[in-house]
Amino acid sequence: MHWDVIAKNMNYLLIGAYPHGELGGLAMTILMALGGIFGAFWLGLVFGLMRLSKRRWLYLPALAYIEIIRGTPLLMLIFWFYFLAPVLWGHSLPGHQSALISLIIFTSAYIAEIVRAGVLALPKGQMEAARGTGLSRMNAMRHVILPQALFNMIPSFVNQFVSLTKDTSLAFIIGVNELTKAATQVNNRTMTAPTEIFITIAVLYFIICYVLTAFSRRLEKKIMRYQARLR
Amino acid sequence: MAYTFDWKLVLSGEYGGWIAQGLVITLKISALAIFCSLVLGTLIAVFRLTRVRPLVWFSAAYTEFFRNTPLLVQIFFWYFGSYSILPEVVNKWLYRQDFEFAAGVIALTVYTSAFIAEDIRSGVFAIPKTQIEASRATGLSFLQSMRFVILPQAFRIIIPPLISQFLNVVKNSSLVMTIGVMDLTYMTRQVESYTFHGFEAFTVATVIYLAISLVVSFAVNVYSNRVLKLIPY
Repeated sequence: MHWDVIAKNMNYLLIGAYPHGELGGLAMTILMALGGIFGAFWLGLVFGLMRLSKRRWLYLPALAYIEIIRGTPLLMLIFWFYFLAPVLWGHSLPGHQSALISLIIFTSAYIAEIVRAGVLALPKGQMEAARGTGLSRMNAMRHVILPQALFNMIPSFVNQFVSLTKDTSLAFIIGVNELTKAATQVNNRTMTAPTEIFITIAVLYFIICYVLTAFSRRLEKKIMRYQARLR
Repeated sequence: MAYTFDWKLVLSGEYGGWIAQGLVITLKISALAIFCSLVLGTLIAVFRLTRVRPLVWFSAAYTEFFRNTPLLVQIFFWYFGSYSILPEVVNKWLYRQDFEFAAGVIALTVYTSAFIAEDIRSGVFAIPKTQIEASRATGLSFLQSMRFVILPQAFRIIIPPLISQFLNVVKNSSLVMTIGVMDLTYMTRQVESYTFHGFEAFTVATVIYLAISLVVSFAVNVYSNRVLKLIPY
């Protein structure tokens, strides 16, 4: 085994060539995941609420958006964006922007479903009571339903964030310099230790994702206890 | 930049043929991975349900590790890095096969089986405990009660999540293009780079993936609306 290869390149795997060059490696992965979840949350919230609307012109486009995106592989979406941006805008987007947009679009469809499920899971009386006090549907959503629903959805958001972190590895395919790309670069340069390199980055991904999963499980228990007390 | 659409180019002739070949490979690798991961996933789930400590630990570690690492990394691991871990005999056998395809199937199987194991475990938990107690009391062994009493009921409940897992396999199989398996996504890229008609090629591929997903999930909805209602608990 050649674990010295890992020791020599650990810095590159973690932050890329950062102080002297571009940021990359694990840091880039985390940045993309954070940017992705932030964008996907807002986009997903919009589509989730549109999907819940009773107006056909609002919920049909949302339904189509969610079903189409959930039915296609992320890789397809990434290619779409990467190859079609030049057709649409006349110039190509840099890899990391294009990958980030694809990740946001992809994840937002799943977030929209989480939002929908979270809102539907609340007792119907909440909406009725809020409307009864004279709030409009929008205001009731904004001040009564969403604060409760979003709180209950936190564990699902964390799980989605874990999926997103894993999905950022696909950005490698269009040349974004994140952890997986850094690993293949190190692998191509050294040629002697593919097993060690891929085990190492698997462990790096695992640490992030497992910590988050464990966190979301504890949170879920807490929230369930909290809800049980309210009933 | 004016862009002229040429749908005929990618739907017929040589390029259409490539896409069709890619579809066949995608279906083949998905079917194989689904079958293997169902078997492996069941095994891992049963490990978790036994009271044998090492088996439980192994099963827990397996599901946690493979669910929390990206599929792409796992594919690279099996493709580039597995030779120094696997025994010589297995390596030789694998290299005699279509190695890219084999590595793709192994990666998809291992990844998916972790998810399937969790689905099966939750399905088994949904069966009332008295079922296993009653079946053990009639004199069946643990394995027999699993085989004849628990798993048949559990599988009926978890068919919808299982199918959506299978659909994930079809979608995830697009990643094997990175190690050179000529699946639908690979062939679409190929058509794109030969013709520069990426828009048409990717539309066709997207529609194919979408059609598979929508048809299957429609069938599952029908199933869960009609059949699952008949189950008493």
